Amino acid sequence: MLELENVIKVFNRGTQDEKRALDGIDLVVEKGDFVTIIGSNGAGKSTLLNVIAGTHQPDEGHVRINGRDVTRWPDYRLACYIARVFQDPTMGTAGAMTIEENLALAERRGKRRGLQWGVTAAYRRRFREILKILDLGLEDRLKLATGLLSGGQRQSLTLLMATLSLPKVLLLDEHTAALDPRTAEKVTLLTDQIVRENNLTTLMVTHNMNQALKHGNRMIMLHQGRIQMDVRGEEKKNLTVAELIAKFGKTLKDETLLSCDS
Amino acid sequence: MIILNVLPMTLEQGLAYALVALGIALTFRVLAFPDLTVDGSFPLGGAVAARLIVAGVDPVLAAAAATLAGFVAGSLTGLLNTRLKINSLLAGILMMTILYSVNLRIMGRANIQLLDRPTVFSAMENMDVTRYVPVILFFFVVTMAVKILLDLFLHTQYGMALRATGDNEDMIRSLGVNTDNATVFGLGLSNAMVSLSGALVAQDQGFSDVGMGIGMIVAGLASIIIGEALVKPKSVFRLSLAAVVGSVAYRFIISLGLRLGLAPTDLKMATGFMVIVALGIPAIRGKREGKIHLRGV
Ligand SMILES: Nc1ncnc2c1ncn2[C@@H]1O[C@H](COP(=O)(O)OP(=O)(O)O)[C@@H](O)[C@H]1O
Ligand SMILES: [Mg+2]
Repeated sequence: MLELENVIKVFNRGTQDEKRALDGIDLVVEKGDFVTIIGSNGAGKSTLLNVIAGTHQPDEGHVRINGRDVTRWPDYRLACYIARVFQDPTMGTAGAMTIEENLALAERRGKRRGLQWGVTAAYRRRFREILKILDLGLEDRLKLATGLLSGGQRQSLTLLMATLSLPKVLLLDEHTAALDPRTAEKVTLLTDQIVRENNLTTLMVTHNMNQALKHGNRMIMLHQGRIQMDVRGEEKKNLTVAELIAKFGKTLKDETLLSCDS
Repeated sequence: MIILNVLPMTLEQGLAYALVALGIALTFRVLAFPDLTVDGSFPLGGAVAARLIVAGVDPVLAAAAATLAGFVAGSLTGLLNTRLKINSLLAGILMMTILYSVNLRIMGRANIQLLDRPTVFSAMENMDVTRYVPVILFFFVVTMAVKILLDLFLHTQYGMALRATGDNEDMIRSLGVNTDNATVFGLGLSNAMVSLSGALVAQDQGFSDVGMGIGMIVAGLASIIIGEALVKPKSVFRLSLAAVVGSVAYRFIISLGLRLGLAPTDLKMATGFMVIVALGIPAIRGKREGKIHLRGV
């Protein structure tokens, strides 16, 4: 499904600030896998997702989706396979455009856009149905500009937009980190529900170890641009936060990671 | 009394230049691209139309050719910015400067007279009513037609992608839109409108002059700012309406100013002050809203 082969990404090569953000990543993700990704700040998690999504081009290595080499594809072209949700809720929607317009934009992810009417009655009916999943009452406010929504509402909408035209790969980059704990919890549950119902191949970066262990069928840990741990299935299910910290406490310097004992 | 006296001229000019305001609204507001090509693409429209009319081409066709020329000019600015990665403001300034020479070449001299040539307004000269009536009506129909077409376009799939490009470029790229191409196309469209305005204004005033575009951006910005104060731009429809209303209101203020003793030579300075005050007030009041959000600056 998704295949990374010896992917290397170096920032500011040849300068004092040279940084090997990804240092030889080999990763094969199967169809339907829900992979959680943890690692301390600067471990290369976001860079990994950026390379997969085509936002950054790797210096070496290959990225394949469904056997197709997409390493040099620009981000807008990869949109036919990939949907993303970012940490910052304002990044996921066009704030001056309405809820239905944003959904219509997302509905045509990776498809040709022509001079057909943007928000058709059929779209609108469908959006109304789908928005009910969020249970935020947005189905009655289709003409509201998304910039007027709260962070949690916007992020929920972004998640819905990302999954609207079922992507081959869903990339989530700490998409609950900017939300208050209760909203974060709701968005996390929603993520789980949508991913499972549609059997989406998903990579979810999180700074919360509990979340990483509780969700998905596989977890990888990045450290200094390398995959330091890769657990799946039963092994992952039985893993506890305490065990993780006991094993990797030294490398997981990030306080946000260590302080999560809830 | 003064108000009644300046009204016909205000309407004629306001509606004639409204296409410029619409073009600027499309770049500055919708695409969030501060395009300065306008000062060159406006006289480009005049130059192409005048040259073709003198050569015996039908005035409507001449205006169509001018529109196309404007589209090309705007697209080139877009290409400078997106392909060659030249800063958006600089790309516009480069294009504007280049167009000055291009316009001189097209016309062969600095000024072409059209008074004894057939124009789209020729038929309106000898009507029973004063010339203002059909001319104002003409500009009203053209401007509203362009406004409505623009409104419709911005609600199509591609038009929405264009709006999203100005609103949240990263997001719409991740949804599969080549925002570079969208920017190029949007700039082309904007400058096509501006050139059309130049072609029609040249025919209306009876000459095309290489200097007729100087200060056009600032005047357009002033129009937009005034229009947005009068018509809150809460939707695409109102945004373009604000540009049209603002253009008329701006010409009204200018005509009034001239009647009350403002020296014509100080006009551009007065316009500049208007824009500075309108943009500056929010900053002085410590508010951030009202500031023009721009990409690529
Ligand atoms: N665009 C960039 N330019 C330079 N350095 C970068 C850039 N993006 C990320 N980095 C560096 O690469 C490393 C990995 O960053 P990132 O992938 O964002 O980490 P994470 O998401 O795991 O916190 C960090 O040291 C960061 O400073
Ligand atoms: Mg990150």
